[in-house]
Amino acid sequence: MKIVFFIAAWVAILCVALICVFLLANGLPAIGEIGPLNFLLGTKWKPGNDLYGIAPMIVGSVYVTAGAVLIGAPIGIITAVYMAQFAGVRLQKLLRSAVALMAGIPSVIYGFFGLVVLVPVLRNLFGTGKSVLTASILLGMMILPTIISLAESAIRAVPKSYYEGALALGASAERSAFFAVLPAAKSGILAAVVLGIGRAVGETMAVVMVAGNQEIIPNGLFSGVRTMTANIVLEMGYAAGLHKDALIATAAVLFVFILIINFLLSLLKGQEAQ
Amino acid sequence: MELETQRMDCLTLLLKMVMRLATSIAMLTVIYLVGYILVKGIPNLSLSLFVWEYNSDNVSLMPALINTVYLTTLSLLLAAPLGIFAAIYLAEYARRGNKTVQMIRLAAETLAGIPSIVYGLFGMIFFVVTLKWGYSLLAGGFTLAIMILPLIMRTAEEALISVPDAYREGAFALGAGRLRTVFKIVLPAAAPGILSGVILAVGRIAGETAALIFTAGTLAKVPQTPMDSARTLSVHMYTLSSEGLHMEAAYATAVVLIVLVAIINGLSTLAARKLTGGFHE
Repeated sequence: MKIVFFIAAWVAILCVALICVFLLANGLPAIGEIGPLNFLLGTKWKPGNDLYGIAPMIVGSVYVTAGAVLIGAPIGIITAVYMAQFAGVRLQKLLRSAVALMAGIPSVIYGFFGLVVLVPVLRNLFGTGKSVLTASILLGMMILPTIISLAESAIRAVPKSYYEGALALGASAERSAFFAVLPAAKSGILAAVVLGIGRAVGETMAVVMVAGNQEIIPNGLFSGVRTMTANIVLEMGYAAGLHKDALIATAAVLFVFILIINFLLSLLKGQEAQ
Repeated sequence: MELETQRMDCLTLLLKMVMRLATSIAMLTVIYLVGYILVKGIPNLSLSLFVWEYNSDNVSLMPALINTVYLTTLSLLLAAPLGIFAAIYLAEYARRGNKTVQMIRLAAETLAGIPSIVYGLFGMIFFVVTLKWGYSLLAGGFTLAIMILPLIMRTAEEALISVPDAYREGAFALGAGRLRTVFKIVLPAAAPGILSGVILAVGRIAGETAALIFTAGTLAKVPQTPMDSARTLSVHMYTLSSEGLHMEAAYATAVVLIVLVAIINGLSTLAARKLTGGFHE
């Protein structure tokens, strides 16, 4: 029976290998045919003219993710401080179930909410509804539960003596929490933010619904934008030949981004364990 | 009194305000999102949304709901035994710090980080095209099974590890072998935790869209065989809102989806609580 358990455990490795092989086997030849530089740095994505440059999508993903982190991380971390240090027991319970509810809401619902609420509001305020800003706000909302719950447990893991020591030295409760406890939880909080980045980079359905999806390098907060994930989901349904392989290559690039993020995460976790 | 005023310096006040503000923003976001969908959606809930047949006049969500149940069952049948067995290997058999174990952990972490659209793409290339399954319930089920595998593995492993060693030692002392100990003593004790992870996986399946569009497809019918295309409730929600023709129905579908996922996640928390309440030593 031990061998059965062992084989089951190996399935995870097999799946990762299979996914890598299929992405690379289909993606690398396409990158070779298009030319690595034309593919990664090309600014024109026109499958009709055999132009496959994904620079606009890479830039789009980076912009939208950065925007999401700028919005989600401060709110998330500060909320986590409040939950871990200041909220009473009942309030804590309430906040925690709200965060759990938020984490469970499917991305298509976030996307729908963005489409029917955020897009019209931003269109009235700034003229364009589907833009970098809209996608950033929506993604910022979506990564909040991830950041809040992980940052909260990182803050909780800081020994009580840090807080008490700061209080004893005459610092106010708020100052102690922000200047003694928070720096001590630094690596755990960074890990929370990195995980949030991973979620934002990989998010697809919600972004497709609110980002506008123009295949151009966005020239500001109010310009439409297409991310790598959106590029795949929008065109995969009808793509064929080199076009299809170029989309798979886009997924391979996305996969590399995720691997880098995972690597950062394991580094931070190692730091936290020390 | 003097001490009190000294403590309330500007920075402290600012920090206090910032904290209240951030927490309120976070909470108002949830309340507004859920409230908005409930308020707009509940009046649009009607019996006609739950009739058996979907057509372009009446976008019934019933076929999608049934498909969601089918797809969840299929994915769980594949992923739950695999994930739990893998967890048993990691928690009960493997030596800690062993190279293979590290590789398995790394693989599971990598799988957990892969975006769902990449799963969808992989499922499309592998199950739909290479294995020639076409857009089908089967292709969708296999794709989602891979996606939820790391979640089930991790939660099951945590549940197994949280079972006190005294349970195992007691069983060994009574002469039970390792396998009997695992199945008769450790697994039953860890069951609520494992169940909690499995229910969490159900929630993820119910909410998944990107991995399904190109594997299970978007046909709004109850499938006759596992080789038929089938849209789940989330995919249904996506097609409704991107078509933009049936917004009232889209609001109502959103309500059903939110309530469904909230119930599933609530059940998962309940099961997890039972586990932590279990070991009073």
